[in-house]
Amino acid sequence: MKTLESIELGGGQIGLAPAERVKLARNPGRPGAADYIDAIFTDFFPMAGDRNCGEDEAIIGGPAFFHGIPVTVMGQRKGRDLEERQRFRFGMPNPEGYRKAERLMKQAEKFRRPVITFVDTPGAYPGKEAEERGQGEAIARCLAVMSRLTVPVISVFIGEGGSGGALAIGVADATIMLENSIFSILSPEGFASILWKDANRWEEASRVMKLTAGDLKELGIADVVVSEAMEDDGSQYYGAHLIPEVMYQRVDEAIRRELKPLLAYKGTALAQRRYEKLRAVGAAAVGKAVGKKETR
Amino acid sequence: MTGNPFHEKKTFLMALRQKTAGSSKEAEKHGGKQAEGAAKRRDAMDVTCENCGSHLRFSDLSENLYVCPVCHHHFTIPAAYRIKLIADRGSFRQICGALKGGNPLDFPGYGEKLEKTRKAAGINEAVITGTCKIQGIKTVLCVMDNRFFMGSMGMAVGEKLTRSIEYATKNRLPLVIVSTSGGARMQEGILSLFQMAKTSAAIARHDEAGLLYISVLTNPTTGGVTASFASLGDVILAEPNALIGFAGPRVIEQTIKASLPEGFQRAEALKDWGFVDQVVPRHQMTEQIGRLLRLHQPYQRRKV
Repeated sequence: MKTLESIELGGGQIGLAPAERVKLARNPGRPGAADYIDAIFTDFFPMAGDRNCGEDEAIIGGPAFFHGIPVTVMGQRKGRDLEERQRFRFGMPNPEGYRKAERLMKQAEKFRRPVITFVDTPGAYPGKEAEERGQGEAIARCLAVMSRLTVPVISVFIGEGGSGGALAIGVADATIMLENSIFSILSPEGFASILWKDANRWEEASRVMKLTAGDLKELGIADVVVSEAMEDDGSQYYGAHLIPEVMYQRVDEAIRRELKPLLAYKGTALAQRRYEKLRAVGAAAVGKAVGKKETR
Repeated sequence: MTGNPFHEKKTFLMALRQKTAGSSKEAEKHGGKQAEGAAKRRDAMDVTCENCGSHLRFSDLSENLYVCPVCHHHFTIPAAYRIKLIADRGSFRQICGALKGGNPLDFPGYGEKLEKTRKAAGINEAVITGTCKIQGIKTVLCVMDNRFFMGSMGMAVGEKLTRSIEYATKNRLPLVIVSTSGGARMQEGILSLFQMAKTSAAIARHDEAGLLYISVLTNPTTGGVTASFASLGDVILAEPNALIGFAGPRVIEQTIKASLPEGFQRAEALKDWGFVDQVVPRHQMTEQIGRLLRLHQPYQRRKV
């Protein structure tokens, strides 16, 4: 096996159709948030409940050590077997999950711990009770709190990043995406069914949506893309599900690289920096979209 | 010319007539300022209430602020008309009125559709933003318009809102946003999604500055707008029977494989669930917003 130093963090792109990457992002064998937490962090202390009305196991989170630094780590999890998948609604959180995430973020701020999130969800759960308990409000609060945190925030996209349910824990100072993770406004199926009234055109949708890690790096949304390719004794492996141990190492290294410079910032400077980063999303596109900045 | 929504060629009257009574070419000829005259000319023709099916005279409907006098159904109204209802006469000044969205991801056919919609609706984007006085109190007012891509939030909508919120924060002004939206703008993909984070962050800064934000939800407010600035008001008001939610009713029904009860995700239900402070009929909205603005003025400024 190659040593870590020789593994390229920024590249690894091979000519794979976006639809193929969507399939890879959804591969049930891919390591999930719980796997990364187990492999990369120590003394993880999972916490439960939103201190309001319930616990949602679709979001796992709590304090842990990252190379000796106390951090708060959290992520959506899809479950490892059928029973878990059903319990976690295939990684689609309820409002309680987002309120728990918000609670953990505020806690991280109080105790000056960096926040590290693992994003892996098709989207927030579109259920009846979820609406009754304010799914929209729960996500909105997460966005407002996360965008203003005065501690470093790193998000790692490890599989599917669907819609507001993914963004809710994905507003970060540094965004790391695995090569075959995706992040999109909606699932390609949903997108095709809304715009073309035909969910079967999802492959076509995935081409125009710019949802791959490579596309998102170009758009300035992903900061780092982690390769999922590996060569070992002449044979090639491709996809996180085939090389989980290697991915843990690479993600660990990527987080370490991104976190180090962020630790030097003061809290308010971090919040300001993150705000400016959000303001600049798509700035290149804004150039042609909205023209030069207008003065009143 | 699409620069000024108040000079729009086709008023909502026309849009409404098209919606309720099929297309009417005659209706398109009349300009905004002749709206009342146009309404009179059309008195002979009935309008069918889209909710209760009652046959109404057009003038009865327009004089009643586009609320059905029979069933009190609130018709969708364009942003410019809403601003006339809420802002003190002549006080509204646009912020970034000329700001237009483009086709950032080169989505096939989107650019042309944008141009077409601009011409048809007479507005540049799905939100009109500006400053005004509401019952004498200077306020930043943003109103969404769902004739423009269902009021969806793309980069231009997010940018106009964010600049307006920043203007309110900088000048220590209260903020009123009247939402109606299908959510994030699909054609601008991930860049639309990030408008949720951007607007929420701007609202959070307005909040940190200790300023008032009143969110008014009108029919329909769903998706990414519900899951961002629209749910973050210090006070949240809603028009009667407005559909408000994150997931749309059809998506929920597909998920739970059952039909939803009557009134699910309507303003009154949202109030029962604890996410809306008051359901306010259109006739009382301006008065209630004015009352809230007065109630939230810092006590130092007031004479005891």
